[in-house]
Amino acid sequence: MAEFTLPANSIVKKGKTFEAPAGAKNVRNFLVYRYDATTGDNPSIDTYQIDTDACGPMILDALIKIKSEVDSTLSFRRSCREGICGSCAMNIDGSNTLACTMAIEDVEGDIKIHPLPHQPVVKDLVSDLDNFYRQYAAVEPWMQSNSKPVGGRERLQSKEDREKLDGLYECIMCACCSTSCPSYWWNSDKYLGPAALLAAYRWIVDSRDEQTDERLDALDDPFKLYRCHTIMNCATVCPKGLNPAKAIADTKKMLVQKNL
Amino acid sequence: MSGSSHGTSHFWVQRLTSIALIPLVLWFCFSVARLPQMTHEQLTAWLQSPLNATLMILVVSVGLYHGKLGLQVVIEDYVSNLNRRFLMITIVTLLCGLFAVLGVVSVLKISLGA
Repeated sequence: MAEFTLPANSIVKKGKTFEAPAGAKNVRNFLVYRYDATTGDNPSIDTYQIDTDACGPMILDALIKIKSEVDSTLSFRRSCREGICGSCAMNIDGSNTLACTMAIEDVEGDIKIHPLPHQPVVKDLVSDLDNFYRQYAAVEPWMQSNSKPVGGRERLQSKEDREKLDGLYECIMCACCSTSCPSYWWNSDKYLGPAALLAAYRWIVDSRDEQTDERLDALDDPFKLYRCHTIMNCATVCPKGLNPAKAIADTKKMLVQKNL
Repeated sequence: MSGSSHGTSHFWVQRLTSIALIPLVLWFCFSVARLPQMTHEQLTAWLQSPLNATLMILVVSVGLYHGKLGLQVVIEDYVSNLNRRFLMITIVTLLCGLFAVLGVVSVLKISLGA
């Protein structure tokens, strides 16, 4: 059955509190999920009181400040700090987003930070995304063509055909969408999830790709594609403003037209 | 990777039956609203009309088929144990089939006056 309650070793306990330095004026509480698989302890929520006057404006700035100055044991992924690598995807204030593009001042009250939902946790805010990447690989996200390009040079594409890829190619594979989808939570072993399906559709509509029918046939499955019930969490949380649900709906439409 | 090639037919039939149910359910609701004013003889005569009997048979059969398709999706979503899932879908299919046949036979019995 779908899991509606946490197993005993996953129940989150209250953790440590790290107080702000004396004299700090604009203090915000960062409530951060902590878990270390090597200790066997239950996860906990540690509270870090951060002086925002001595910190950059973004959530990621606060996390880096915590790791550098308060508690070096905190683990999280980060790289580009400008919303293009997708590394710092996490659940902030109840919604999946990138820590680097989420401003501290946009969160009211205590700032709750958890790892991406319903994924195995490696440590603290670091999720195990192996399954997510395997699903991306499963849609074969590269151009497949048997014909020789005209003139032996690059394959040309009209402006209209190129515009069909807008809103699809910008995906940074941060996993915010897939891990916000309840259907993905219950059936992530079989449902490919919004990110992989967006990538699949990106190649289905690419005028240069010649495996359109094969790609569509591969998705004609009650679980891989049709577990999408248009819940729309994917489009709500996508930090790049993309709409995987629309790509999935268009894929279903193409399959119906192909099979009628 | 390869698909199992019956996802699209399930999806499409579910949409078709839901579109068909819009007028059918509207007709059914208006018909039920008129029932309290009818005598038993009037109701029997009403269901003996070929149009009313046909629409009633469609409400019962299309409605239960649509319900079976929807329940199957819910079971597939939430029941991950394959044996239990197979058992539950089988029970739902048999029950929907039973009620559909029961409904159709009942309408025909009144309609044909048997």
